[in-house]
Amino acid sequence: MAEYKPVVVQTCPKLGERITQDTLYWRGDKTPVQIKEFGAVNKVDFSPVPPYNYAVTASSRIHIYGRYSQEPIRTFSRFKDAAYCATYRDDGHLLVAGSEDSSIRLFDISGRAPLRQFDGHTKPVHLVGFLSDKYRIFSGGDDYSSNLWDIPSATEIVSYSEHTDYVRCGCASKVNADVFITGSYDHTVKLFDARTKSSVMTIEHGHPVESVLLFPSGGLLVSAGGRYVKVWDVLKGGQLLVSLKNHHKTVTCLCLNSSGQRLLSGSLDRHVKIYSTMSYKVVHSFNYATSILSLALSPEDETIVVGMTNGVLNVKHRKPEERKEKFQKKRQPAYRTYMKGRTYMPKQEDFCVSKPVKRVLRKYDKLLKSFQSSKALDAVLEPPIMLHTPEVTVAVMQELHRRGTLRSALAGRDEKQVNLLLTFVARRVIEPRFTPVLVTVADMITDIYQPVVGQSAIVDRQFLKLQEAIRKEIDYQEELLEVLGMMDTLFATFTEKKDMYLEDNKSNGFTDTIETNTND
Amino acid sequence: CRAPPAGVPAACGWRGVPGAFPRGDAVSPRRYLLCASGDFVKVYSVATEETLRLMGGHADLVTGIQLNPHNHMQLYSSSLDGSIKLWDFMDGIPIKTFTVGSKLLALYTLAGAEDSVFVVIPKKGERDTFQLVSVKLTKGAGQDLEAQEVSVVLDGVGASPKHIAFGREGEYVVSVKEITLQVYFFKRKLLNRFSLRAVKTKGGDNRFSCVACHPVEDCIATGHADGKIRLWRNFHHKKEYTYSTLHWHHDIVMDLAFSMEGTRLLSGGVESVLVQWHNESAWQKDFLPRLGSPIEYISMSSDGALCCTLHSDNRITIINSNLRFSRSIQGLIKSRDIKTGLVVDPRTKALVLNGEPGHLQFYCLQSDQQLFSLDIVQRQYVHQAGLQQSDLVKVAFSARGTWLATVEEREEVTDPELELKLWFYDEETQSFKLNTRINTPHDNHITDMCFRDMDELEDDSLILVTTGRDCVFKVWVMVEDTDPEAQQRVSWSCDFVGSYHNYQATNCCFSEDGSLLAVSFEETVTVWDSVTWDLKCTFCHPPGNIRNICFGRLTCSKYLIGATDYGFLCCWNLLTCALEWSAHLNVVVLQPDPLSEHIAAVSWLSKESSLFVFKPNEPRPIYIQRNLCKEKILLAAFVPRDEPETTGSEKYLWLRRSQLFFLTDTQELMTLSTKSLEERLTPSSKQLAVEESLPVTPFSLLLGKHRRQESQEEIDLGKLVVHNKHEQASPAVKELLHTPAHVLPSASFLCPIFINSLLISKENKSAEEVADEVDMESEKTEDDSDEERDVTEMEQEDKSHMELLGEMTCKLSKSQEKELRKIRKVDYSWISAF
Repeated sequence: MAEYKPVVVQTCPKLGERITQDTLYWRGDKTPVQIKEFGAVNKVDFSPVPPYNYAVTASSRIHIYGRYSQEPIRTFSRFKDAAYCATYRDDGHLLVAGSEDSSIRLFDISGRAPLRQFDGHTKPVHLVGFLSDKYRIFSGGDDYSSNLWDIPSATEIVSYSEHTDYVRCGCASKVNADVFITGSYDHTVKLFDARTKSSVMTIEHGHPVESVLLFPSGGLLVSAGGRYVKVWDVLKGGQLLVSLKNHHKTVTCLCLNSSGQRLLSGSLDRHVKIYSTMSYKVVHSFNYATSILSLALSPEDETIVVGMTNGVLNVKHRKPEERKEKFQKKRQPAYRTYMKGRTYMPKQEDFCVSKPVKRVLRKYDKLLKSFQSSKALDAVLEPPIMLHTPEVTVAVMQELHRRGTLRSALAGRDEKQVNLLLTFVARRVIEPRFTPVLVTVADMITDIYQPVVGQSAIVDRQFLKLQEAIRKEIDYQEELLEVLGMMDTLFATFTEKKDMYLEDNKSNGFTDTIETNTND
Repeated sequence: CRAPPAGVPAACGWRGVPGAFPRGDAVSPRRYLLCASGDFVKVYSVATEETLRLMGGHADLVTGIQLNPHNHMQLYSSSLDGSIKLWDFMDGIPIKTFTVGSKLLALYTLAGAEDSVFVVIPKKGERDTFQLVSVKLTKGAGQDLEAQEVSVVLDGVGASPKHIAFGREGEYVVSVKEITLQVYFFKRKLLNRFSLRAVKTKGGDNRFSCVACHPVEDCIATGHADGKIRLWRNFHHKKEYTYSTLHWHHDIVMDLAFSMEGTRLLSGGVESVLVQWHNESAWQKDFLPRLGSPIEYISMSSDGALCCTLHSDNRITIINSNLRFSRSIQGLIKSRDIKTGLVVDPRTKALVLNGEPGHLQFYCLQSDQQLFSLDIVQRQYVHQAGLQQSDLVKVAFSARGTWLATVEEREEVTDPELELKLWFYDEETQSFKLNTRINTPHDNHITDMCFRDMDELEDDSLILVTTGRDCVFKVWVMVEDTDPEAQQRVSWSCDFVGSYHNYQATNCCFSEDGSLLAVSFEETVTVWDSVTWDLKCTFCHPPGNIRNICFGRLTCSKYLIGATDYGFLCCWNLLTCALEWSAHLNVVVLQPDPLSEHIAAVSWLSKESSLFVFKPNEPRPIYIQRNLCKEKILLAAFVPRDEPETTGSEKYLWLRRSQLFFLTDTQELMTLSTKSLEERLTPSSKQLAVEESLPVTPFSLLLGKHRRQESQEEIDLGKLVVHNKHEQASPAVKELLHTPAHVLPSASFLCPIFINSLLISKENKSAEEVADEVDMESEKTEDDSDEERDVTEMEQEDKSHMELLGEMTCKLSKSQEKELRKIRKVDYSWISAF
């Protein structure tokens, strides 16, 4: 004797992007905060010490924002022309910035006037940064040179003129206090050692380099330029590890997350892509309103700040981790319901008799089991099922149709129920997975309720809606067919040559066979 | 086996004719179930569901069996060949044969009627009119007797055995036909006729379908075509009779049965629900639903403890008195229509075909048992006439049986609902697991399906091809999911869609090495490269559509065979792309042998099927069997043998490595056998004669096997192990087998004793040798002493657990006596030698 088999609900695999851990992680943001700056935001830099303020360089000002403040805490505006690349020192006390007027200024974050000014470049300075020993500054300017400065004496230590175009990006090694890297529009990334007179390594990126980044270990170098993000192994003498081409416009900025497992890249195509540094595959991507110039991630990954060409600063905070509410421990059952011998462990020679597992049937299954078609249909027309799991409703309808009782189940309903049914049908009939069943259902409903059309305004409206939905779908299908025709023509032109070959082959086969072409 | 052609060793082995179950299958108290099946009467053990005996002797369909009311060890059976046979069903021996002459359609016995039985025979001179007659069974000395003393009891009765029933203590007989009910009282010689209205009102249909009589009261229950059950009382009076109506069934009531005391009435029908009506409590009812298939017959055992239902799909269900399903006896399940064809499972060598609706049955040919039934459709099957429900239409196995592809479809007015499922054989659970489900793989019916059979290659080179009436064939390949978090590693997806001039694709077939795919499109056969999916060449042999295609194998792999529905068999050479030969033959089935280059073709010409076996490289068939059977053969399959048969005859060389099975349109499964019927039947009957008193259980068969092995060893080792032959009868084993389970100690304790009892003991042998040297007694006494020694040995072990059991048997003391006697007789002579 067979058991009752529950209705099979056909589930389709969800199309579109797959939900991964990363998607969930990066989606967990609060609504972004938009802050308007005076000009294009060319640099965002987080202070490495709590409370993780960040410096935003835009136009001729540098604004320092607090973590949650929308107004700048402090402003450095002593620039005659545009300021560039405001960068914090490792201890978070000093800030250095280049400028359009070819000078470099050093600020104390609590002061207002610059502590030092370094003059030596002849063209605007787009790149400045601290070496990891905290006492030296490196810089790169549009005069193709990259310099090294001493902070206490405010003098130039060394100047390298190896690049043949603007030097626009660079970074210092965190491992070695003498090593820094600059990227230039001459398509190269050069690695300098302050102890030598010339560069120690040159890496050909192939496009004007917009951004470079060293991994915390100092072993891997990431460069961005053109549409490419390239990862190089510095320890192997600058060997290309991987070349990523996921943006369709120039990549302008790069950044790593705190653990170093995700790499973020922002681009003029308005997207920020997040790569896993294990597989170098895109695991997630954000899109923004306009082209992105700068990007920074706070030291604890709590905030993503993106600066754009129209001067808008987009700040996204992660939602604080939801604390799992501790459930109150279930009350122990009273002694009366306490099962005797529940904790008994079976011994080796004990023979265990398993209790038959009681199967729980859904409500509609119970009704279908007892052949109550109308009630079964009622059960799946309840709003929670109908709205959230339409496939269950459709599966039950299909089962009723298989049993030949769909018509009687649909018949004899009042205005409200017919309205409900028609709403469902009109909404879902165009979904390809439901169409075959719902077309039958719609047919039957129109058949059954044809005599009462015109008696209820609500039902009539639903009928019109259904008609409209079907008309739209027909138009859409017609259009699709047209497109298909066009594509067929295109494909036909592609495969012409092959057909010729096939024709040849065919004719050969035919001359050889005894029964020749009567059909072809 | 029904009349194999004379002089030809062709014979049919299995059959599934459910229509031939007669009513009177009788459950002899609790132990045996008798059932007429085809020309045989089968005896089943109720406890183990196994066929104990097959009693053959009738030349035609057995139509009725009844226990002899005066001797419960005897059985009457009637058959269409016009004879009544009396059997001793315990031994399976026919005692007497009474020849009546005309066809016997039903058989009844009465306790009151001394040495006469009632049969239904066709009335002489009139067609389709039947009468109930009583036949006097003459007491003669011989085995074959003439029973000519026939007296007519009732005229114009129905031909079905369900249409007649005998009332309380045989006082009256009831017969129903169409809308009339006749009651004949034997004592009063009175005939009452009652008629119901013939008009069909509101879907009502008053025609009678079956009748049953209350065993104690004067009450008749009749079933009707519209599902009503009427209970008639007071039918002694012509006018003042009354009836009450019970209605639950929505379709025809197939059978009715009263319990022994008449307190319960069982009814069953198409719904495959057994309904139990309680007499006392205002006809309250109980149900036993989902019995699998429509109930044809219901029968109660004579002590009322068991009841069995016979189903239209060739199955017997045994049901407890409290309406609990107990067990079922099933062989080859008959399905409405075998659409899947005969497929051989490469793993189990079982025959795979449609079973229960929506299921795939794996049928073991060796044991005539269903190995298992795989639920493919996985939907509740509603037993109701006129419903279109999903059914399995195509099945294909991959070469090693790791993948199974099934196609199910449901006929719809608009477009068929199709589903292609791919199942993977799970080694852990030892069953197939659903891997991929593809909705609507084709827009129209799928006509054929095949896997690329490549044994030596990896599994991921598997390719499945389906052909459809939507004029395309599709190639499905396995794709691996790279995501490590995915639930399953592989799934299937469509790789290529091919078509040819918008003709319907009808058949597909891969060449032996898998490099070529042949797809037939109506009249044309196209050959495709299986790597690039380029069309290589086409063959055509008008007129007529291609019905079957297959590639040659082994040495003939360069040939492609095709059969057209205009009656041509063509063989094309793939190297020259030319027609090699063609023959005019209306081929219905074309089946290549997977292990040799032979191809079997079954033709259907003017009401007879013929078999032709040929090799593609020569147009002359190597074996012709004309008039294979009267029915049309629909399907055939080669089943590989476990070991090549050694047959002397040149003629049957092609049957050496695999056996050919056919399925006819009446769903009889047949095979070609090189041995005669007697030869094939003997081993089984030998096996059954092992132990008369015990029902043959798997356990006892196991023991029997063990014993037979030993008897073989005996031959090998001479008389060294002769003494072991009686150990079966040793008390330890007997005690083990006969003591109720609840008083036995734990199995772990008994096991070593039991195992030891089966071992050949060494000391015993040496002792025997010593005995051999010393005393020169006659052979017989030596045997005796062996026996005794054996017994003593057993007994010693026996004691150990007998103490535990706290039981003493007289057998034990007897053996002790024997031991003493033996000691007295044998021993002391060799001591004197010291």
